[in-house]
Amino acid sequence: MSPLTRLLEVVGRLFVGLLLAFLYLPIVIMGLMSFNASPFYMLPIEWSTTWYVQLAGNAQLVDASLYSLKIALATALIATTLGTAASLALFRYEFKGKKILQALLLPPIAIPWLITGTAMLVFFFGVGIGRGLHALILGHVALALPYVIIVNNARLKTFAPELEEAARSLGANQWQVTRRVTLPWIAPSVVAGALFAFAVSFDQFVVSYFLATPGQTTLPVEIYAAIRKGFTPEINAVSTIIIVLSMALMLFTARFYKFGGND
Amino acid sequence: MASVEVRNLSRSFGTFKALDDVSISFEDGGFYALLGPSGSGKTTLLRLIAGFGYPDQGHIAIGGESVERVPLEKRNIGMVFQSYALFPNMNVFDNIAFGLDVRGVPREDAAREVRRALELVQLSELETRRPHQLSGGQRQRVALARAIVINPRVLLLDEPLGALDKALRLDMQVELKRIQREVGITTIFVTHDQEEALTMSDRIGILRAGQLVEEGAPEDIYRRPKTRFAATFLGEANIFEGIWTDGRLRLADGTLLETAPGAGRGATGEPGCCLIRPEQVRIAGENDGGTGNRLEGRITRRLFAGNWTTVFVDYQGKTIRVGQANTDFLKLEDGSKVTLAFSGSNTIPLQS
Ligand SMILES: Nc1ncnc2c1ncn2[C@@H]1O[C@H](COP(=O)(O)OP(=O)(O)O)[C@@H](O)[C@H]1O
Ligand SMILES: [Mg+2]
Repeated sequence: MSPLTRLLEVVGRLFVGLLLAFLYLPIVIMGLMSFNASPFYMLPIEWSTTWYVQLAGNAQLVDASLYSLKIALATALIATTLGTAASLALFRYEFKGKKILQALLLPPIAIPWLITGTAMLVFFFGVGIGRGLHALILGHVALALPYVIIVNNARLKTFAPELEEAARSLGANQWQVTRRVTLPWIAPSVVAGALFAFAVSFDQFVVSYFLATPGQTTLPVEIYAAIRKGFTPEINAVSTIIIVLSMALMLFTARFYKFGGND
Repeated sequence: MASVEVRNLSRSFGTFKALDDVSISFEDGGFYALLGPSGSGKTTLLRLIAGFGYPDQGHIAIGGESVERVPLEKRNIGMVFQSYALFPNMNVFDNIAFGLDVRGVPREDAAREVRRALELVQLSELETRRPHQLSGGQRQRVALARAIVINPRVLLLDEPLGALDKALRLDMQVELKRIQREVGITTIFVTHDQEEALTMSDRIGILRAGQLVEEGAPEDIYRRPKTRFAATFLGEANIFEGIWTDGRLRLADGTLLETAPGAGRGATGEPGCCLIRPEQVRIAGENDGGTGNRLEGRITRRLFAGNWTTVFVDYQGKTIRVGQANTDFLKLEDGSKVTLAFSGSNTIPLQS
């Protein structure tokens, strides 16, 4: 190995190290502080679970968490069902405007949520949908759908259309073909899509902020409100719980993707 | 089991005519090969019979019953794909049982049928394997068993042996033929391999650019093709071009070739061509008088292939192939002058 390549390698490792540090250090610190008895981040850490106990007693935060969970589950269920059906339709049929329709799936991902949220608020009020649980779910499903469809489309690219043809030639109707041949193949992407949908909904701040009714709101909105009132380490605690859960979910997806690999 | 009737079938993709007015009948229990170069419409024809899409024009009847408006899943047809299209999420047994399952056949009956099909294709030990754990030949057999187990009226195979290597392909040809005979099912087999078509089928249909060029028993098509395309596509061919003169073909050097009677003969003065197969050409001895067609040429090359020798003879700048089982040919030297002899009855007039 020449000195230059060795140097490049060192620089490369350093870069990756810094990157990981920037990504994970704040999270690690937050996690540590959630176990620190001092509300002023005094060092050394005095280990304690007091903030978790207080969190459990904080009805507002717990309510908001459950509300968020409910919305995220509903969003995942609806967006996954609709999105998977849409992916199958895009896979199976040729129709006018298919290309345009597929292209239209991408911009919503790139449009800032602030803009999408404002647009939804204006639109929902305009057509009388208003705010509240139904509006939140509707908005979140709309946000999550493109993710579900895109993930499924990618998986369907690896699916041989002859498999559906073979199943049909063997006498299977459309539903039997879907359930017994196609869905088993795209199961990993359906799960991944559901997780995406869940995450999009659960993490959602802007759209939720606009569409929630003042009395009852979602966790991210509640956290934001709490921070404005005055930061308490309870927030660290709830954030740590969320991070652990979402990491677990993501790792699970990654594994599922691998397991659902080619065969 | 049933016959298949195809009448005036046409199918276009955009402005491109993939099938152009094709009529052909497949008799009950027969083994048919559809032969043609790539892109000639073989798959398109097979898929229309199966029910993947509908023709622009024409009629298809299976067992005397018109099926143009019958959807694919109701046609009761066994289809084997070139890629086999085995379901990757199911083992061998479940793959084969699929068609019975979706028909609601009770489990025990289905299991019995599946085992019988497995026996037929000699795969009984492998029923719990997944498709990716099988060799190409085994996948082929599973695909075949899966298509046959539903007791279809017709078996359609789209280049089923194309993905196998040569030795395995020969084995599978024999195997496929045995299974077809045992089951007695009407079989339509697409291939672009002329040898495969010749050895396996009762009848061959030759397609070219979406049209059925010729149809008949392998021997007839090989020995007495009607068209130049069929003559050159099926086997090795020596083609002579010339002008028709009272049923004989006048070559450029003035030689008159005797020809067999046939529709390919043109009226006197018309340009035309005729076929002589390499194995019908003899190299005549010195005192070998004889009748029939005789041409003088020079040997340019000899090709020894074990049980067969091909001699290339230059005649007026044109290469004529002479093929014989006789290895005496090898003694002849390149460049030596020879007389080629072949009978008029084996010289077949062709429509171009
Ligand atoms: N779905 C399709 N769309 C457009 N063109 C097609 C389609 N299917 C077949 N073709 C065209 O029709 C012609 C015949 O195809 P095919 O029947 O597959 O030929 P073969 O099986 O003899 O190779 C080809 O030129 C092919 O490109
Ligand atoms: Mg083909």
